[in-house]
Amino acid sequence: MNAVPMNIAAKPLAELISAEALAEIDRWIAKYPPEQKQSAVIQALHIVQDQHGWLNNERMDAVAEYLGMPKIAVYEVATFYTMFNLKPCGRHTIAVCTNISCMLRGSDVIVSHLEKKLGIRLGQTTADGKFTIKEVECLAACGGAPMFQIGKTYYENLTPQRVDEILDKLK
Amino acid sequence: MVNIEIDGKPLQVDDGKMLIEAADEAGIPIPRFCYHKKLSIAANCRMCLVEVEKAAKPLPACATPVTDGMRVYTRSAKALTAQKGVMEFLLINHPLDCPICDQGGECELQEVAMGYGSDVSRYQEKKRVVKDKNIGPLISTDMTRCIHCTRCVRFGQEIAGLMELGATGRGEHMEIGTYIEQSLVSEMSGNVIDLCPVGALTSKPFRFSARAWEMSQRDSIAPHDSIGSNLHLHVRDGQVMRVVPRENEAINEVWISDRDRYSYTGLNSEERLQAPRIKQKGAWQETDWQTALDFTVQNLRKAIAGHGAQQTGALSAPHCTLEEMYLLQKLLRGLGSQNLDHRLRQNDFSPQTPQYPWLGQGLAQLEKLDAVLLIGSNVRKEQPIGAHRLRKAALRGAEVMLINPVDYDFNFPAGEKIIIAPDAMVSALAGVARALCELDKAANKTHLDALAQVAVSSIHRTMASRLKSADNAGLLLGSSALAHPRLGALHTLAKLITRLSGARLGYLPQASNSVGGWLAGMLPDRDARGKSVSQPGLNARAMLEQGLKSYVLLNMEPEFDCANPAAALRNLNAAECVVTLTPYVTSQMESYADVLLPVTPFSETPGTFVNAEGRWQEFNAAVRPLGEARPTWKVLRVLGNLFELPGFDYVSAQEISHELRALAPDLATAGNGGDSATLPQLDNHGQTQGLMRIGHVPIHSIDNIVRRASALQQTADAEQACIRLNAAEAGRHGLMDGASARVSQDEAEARLTVRVDARVPDGAALIAAGVPGSETLGASFGAVNVERLA
Ligand code: SF4
Ligand code: FES
Ligand code: FES
Repeated sequence: MNAVPMNIAAKPLAELISAEALAEIDRWIAKYPPEQKQSAVIQALHIVQDQHGWLNNERMDAVAEYLGMPKIAVYEVATFYTMFNLKPCGRHTIAVCTNISCMLRGSDVIVSHLEKKLGIRLGQTTADGKFTIKEVECLAACGGAPMFQIGKTYYENLTPQRVDEILDKLK
Repeated sequence: MVNIEIDGKPLQVDDGKMLIEAADEAGIPIPRFCYHKKLSIAANCRMCLVEVEKAAKPLPACATPVTDGMRVYTRSAKALTAQKGVMEFLLINHPLDCPICDQGGECELQEVAMGYGSDVSRYQEKKRVVKDKNIGPLISTDMTRCIHCTRCVRFGQEIAGLMELGATGRGEHMEIGTYIEQSLVSEMSGNVIDLCPVGALTSKPFRFSARAWEMSQRDSIAPHDSIGSNLHLHVRDGQVMRVVPRENEAINEVWISDRDRYSYTGLNSEERLQAPRIKQKGAWQETDWQTALDFTVQNLRKAIAGHGAQQTGALSAPHCTLEEMYLLQKLLRGLGSQNLDHRLRQNDFSPQTPQYPWLGQGLAQLEKLDAVLLIGSNVRKEQPIGAHRLRKAALRGAEVMLINPVDYDFNFPAGEKIIIAPDAMVSALAGVARALCELDKAANKTHLDALAQVAVSSIHRTMASRLKSADNAGLLLGSSALAHPRLGALHTLAKLITRLSGARLGYLPQASNSVGGWLAGMLPDRDARGKSVSQPGLNARAMLEQGLKSYVLLNMEPEFDCANPAAALRNLNAAECVVTLTPYVTSQMESYADVLLPVTPFSETPGTFVNAEGRWQEFNAAVRPLGEARPTWKVLRVLGNLFELPGFDYVSAQEISHELRALAPDLATAGNGGDSATLPQLDNHGQTQGLMRIGHVPIHSIDNIVRRASALQQTADAEQACIRLNAAEAGRHGLMDGASARVSQDEAEARLTVRVDARVPDGAALIAAGVPGSETLGASFGAVNVERLA
């Protein structure tokens, strides 16, 4: 092995996202004291994800570099929150809550119905690239448990039948 | 101070301490996993729950500050129920693989489970399995065993200064790792093995080779840098199985560098010389000690009789013990020669060079500095524990400034820096000196005149004012200063700067006994009393460049350990008689030597090292000498007897160090010279024509043991010979990354691969010394020519 003198430099963020997106990240950074600009990491990741649909290592590394953080610290954030997609995903991402309230109200049935209907497991994408299903933590809609979120919409009080109706309407 | 009571025991404790610290000081055991006295408080394992009177729930002792009148119960029913509950949860996902786990027998989880665990598990469900990670050649991972205490993560952030491990995922899916498969690169990474309370992170080279209870623990001192970290060597069947730190708050605290931890893998390399050998009519033959020693005496006598004692010299590696160097100089002086030296990598021996290059202060003092100017030092890779102390200073707000020949990557924030070719370092330092003089022109008129030619830039002025305004300022000169061809000039200027600014002057010597070499009298011009000798002999450079008829070499490999390998090999090969005392045999030795006497590395001999701060640290042999090898002090004692010299009747190594202790000067009062030296000539402060070589020694090439340590040679820090140039300089020479180049210094030459490296300044070429491939070259810091090869 040869010596790696310094961390291999990441690709600059500016090359990965649009100028407007970069300006948006800068607006978030400006909200915090300069030595704490890493506080903007969640917003920065969201903005980068909005541009590409998902976060790969190159994109996360660029965010780390931009905010002056260790790369692993960015990976920690991106892997903690289920809202970040670390793999390419389908046109519609179905985020099924399996936390306690939803579980008590039958989220297991919803998950197995989805898996059977789409022929994929949690965390996978259908071959036609239409759907991704993933498991998420409580989305604060316990009153309507079981629930899932597709895009930015919450669907509550789910039953297998309701799931079929919802999915059939999606293009 | 507050009054508290733990388990009925009244205690007086400093304000602001946590309960667990108070209990630890009082010797009251509280179980814990995430708490570690050298790391920040995470309070995530909950193992340390204790009952506190008037608190509704049990409280974590590691995160509960003491308050006056507090009554704490660590073993009450409430505390025990809480602790047992936590233990049960921790064991839910922990595998029951203790019989095949290297941590078995020294595992914190195992121990606490003995005390607080239940004998049967109520847990029937599936256990979690986590894939192991490959994090490099030094550390094995069994991540299913991890209990998420995050000690290893905090170590990276807080101590190593390089966050490489992290906790990714969440809840059930949380995993400790690097996320992307990669090796840890911190030179302190092995400490996570000691920190990990379970068997998740264990030593890779040691894996499955011994059980904790089969080994015995021996105290020792680390032999690879001038810190002198305290070690435990764990030995079994006469072999060092592994090395761990021995706590010493004043030196290494609880840490050691990876170099000190894994160098043992080189101790019993195949190249160990296990029996004496003599060369007769050009053929080597193995023989017994008696014959070999008689042969040695006979040949040295013959050489001295034929050419005079002035044609004999002795050189010792700077990592030899005090006793060894003291006896070697005593032997040579007894034979009538003053040709003695341990400063193998030094290039400049002018009278202006320092008299005793030592730290000039205690190691712990480094963390108290407010402003530091590092000159020619890659402290992070040369004295990792020293860098750790400086890092603490920097995190406290100290300004660490640099005048360096390479833009080294440090694990602390560096302030103002001047990265400049070696020959221009002198004028950079002169710039700082002049900037200081200008602060009080009237008082420093003579200096200003002497420094009239020197250009002062704003960066020199900033450095000067930082040094002057800090309460505690220090100048630290490192290996590239000590090996610099104008060390004398650097020293004189550094002296002037310390006088003008009130900063303290210190050196960061390279080897474990560099300072000891000065005290033991392993010098051509001063004896062990520190007194000048009437007719000084030749220094290391002169001996190896001018050539002598006979040499005695101790524990060194000239092609890797000397300032000018090409000259050294040429003259050693031309000599009539070369006696080599060495733990390892090389093909070079077989060519230049006439007798090979197998001596022991540090682990097989008693001895003393004097570290950078001047601390004498004695150690004992941890294992018996390998094969027929013998401790050097015994070999030199017998040689003294065979030469019929007086005063060679020692019965123990201790007797030798006691004798020296009574003679050796006290570093604190010895002074460092250079106070009244005239300022150096600075007229040629431009750059030399062509390229100037930076021949620094990479971390894992520093001495004969480390160079053979297989574990270390697999790390990213193991340098291969190459020539590193910045892009502009490479362009000027028509070279591209990966190209082949012919590098020459006078008659010496080497073919090296070109690496484009932005850390190297203009006018300079970084060609490491001490690595195979560059040993055919000349001066480590000198002009080089580079040509492209087709
Ligand atoms: S690997 Fe060891 S030190 Fe790191 S979090 Fe897991 S148990 Fe703690
Ligand atoms: S548990 Fe499902 S939304 Fe809260
Ligand atoms: S040691 Fe106190 S919570 Fe871990």
